Amino acid sequence: MNKETYIELISVSKHYKKLRAVAELSMKVYKGDIYGFLGPNGAGKSTSIRMMLSLISPTSGEIKLFGKDLAHNRYQTLSRIGALIEKPDFYNYLSARKNLQILGKISKVENLSLRIDETLDLVGLLDRGNSKVKSYSQGMRQRLGIAQSLLHNPDLIILDEPANGLDPQGQKEMRQLIRDINREKGITVLISSHILNEIEQIANRMVIIDKGKSVVEGDVQELLNEGEMKVSFFVSNPSKVLQTIQSSTFAKHYVDSVEDKITLTLTHEQVPEITRFLVEKNIEVFAIKPLRSLEEYFLTITKA
Amino acid sequence: MKALITLIRIELFKIFRKGRTYIGFGAIFLIIFAIQAGIYFEGQNVFDFILQQLEQNFFFEGNLINGYLITYIVLNTLWIHVPILVALVTGDLIAGEANAGTFRLILTRPVSRVKLLIAKFLAGWTYTFLLVLFMAILGMGMGILIFGKGDLMVLKSTINFFPADELPWRFFAAFAYGMLSMTVVAALAFMLSAFSDNSIGPIIGAVAIIIGITIISTIGFSWMKTLNPYLFTSYLPGWQQFFEFDINKGKLIKSVLVQLSYLIAFLGVAIVYFRKKDILS
Repeated sequence: MNKETYIELISVSKHYKKLRAVAELSMKVYKGDIYGFLGPNGAGKSTSIRMMLSLISPTSGEIKLFGKDLAHNRYQTLSRIGALIEKPDFYNYLSARKNLQILGKISKVENLSLRIDETLDLVGLLDRGNSKVKSYSQGMRQRLGIAQSLLHNPDLIILDEPANGLDPQGQKEMRQLIRDINREKGITVLISSHILNEIEQIANRMVIIDKGKSVVEGDVQELLNEGEMKVSFFVSNPSKVLQTIQSSTFAKHYVDSVEDKITLTLTHEQVPEITRFLVEKNIEVFAIKPLRSLEEYFLTITKA
Repeated sequence: MKALITLIRIELFKIFRKGRTYIGFGAIFLIIFAIQAGIYFEGQNVFDFILQQLEQNFFFEGNLINGYLITYIVLNTLWIHVPILVALVTGDLIAGEANAGTFRLILTRPVSRVKLLIAKFLAGWTYTFLLVLFMAILGMGMGILIFGKGDLMVLKSTINFFPADELPWRFFAAFAYGMLSMTVVAALAFMLSAFSDNSIGPIIGAVAIIIGITIISTIGFSWMKTLNPYLFTSYLPGWQQFFEFDINKGKLIKSVLVQLSYLIAFLGVAIVYFRKKDILS
């Protein structure tokens, strides 16, 4: 089944004099995705996001939103998008409610007062809606940033580092909020983050960019299962296991052994094979822990 | 059109919720109050001193220290300060948003950059208008209330006396002309604001340009004499033309046209530049 494409970048580049911020970047975000946009600092994530939102003009290439060329359909496409870019800056001398009123009027939101209450409630700021934004903590500002992005009932929201400056609890709440927005409201989400664990936990698809170029794009779990990864086996008799492994065809996969943990480098398909092998040798396997996280994958990809 | 009106209302709301907006009104109030208090207590002595020599040849009758004289003094004094006060707000209109990072909120919404800029300028113009109106009402209204009405004596290369009954239209025209001049100043600060991501630059830049050009023009370099007729700063004190017996219509029209040309040029440059400007803040 063909999924509707919400964001499509076709060979998009952005140059600042001699600096190449984004180089022929191509990617696709489908309807319903939580799409992770990963890359080291200075990889061109924010520049790419700003181009998707027409804050920056691309030097070359084409950006399509909802199947339409952004350059010629800016008004229609932006009315279906909510965005939070980098740190959430507001009119600090106004209350959250007044800020949302301004943004809602620009977006022509119907029943604005009611909608403001709904979005403030969704992000847990209903009680503080009348407080001036300058009195808000970083976490509250981030949540207000999400609220403003949802105010006009968009089909797609673009969040650039939404967990920036949040404590672990705040990051967890933010992840939950994004999941809820995606599942319950059916809103497609593009999220850029340098917190790789965050993307691993919530995104279904992702792209990794480095030096302005797309390095890899695809399904998060498929990408993680691709190639070799480190797997630790927690066993009853490590010295016996070590001997068994070193005398088998799996010897070349051995990495190290610490207390009751033996680590090997394996492909996704080899994990059940070696497990079966150990069990057949009467070795008790208490736990199997794949060690390759997105973080490791990310570092491997960007270093390559 | 409806979208533009909404944007203008939003921009006015933002302007009048900022503390700096009221600095201008406060400064004008203080200056006019100081002028009026000074004239109330010391005016007669100063006036007698000025007229001392003239009284040998002329006989003065009536209330010469009156509300119209106060207004004329206020006009002379404040046209130096008002450009600074105008630039304080209009220089912040675009750069202030860039500096605060709020363009990221506004321009990711379905809004035309050109319309946004027009709305911002019209809101800035409204502020300028209210500032000049405040100056006129406070200067003339309080002046007449305290000092009453009377003929106006203007000392230039000649001594001009204007009867009280023709002064309302002369002041109205002078304030209207002054309003045009201040709109050009607002447009200059606005254009500089489009180039900058920090409000200080456009505010200081606009004031520095006006003062700098005025000083160079006044020094009287011969090469400046050829340029002077084309500089908008040469026409900023043009309101004084309304306090001459025979108003030179050709000169007045030229003054207005030059200022209008600058106004359109400043706004045009701001719009063309900002339409394609990369929002990096």
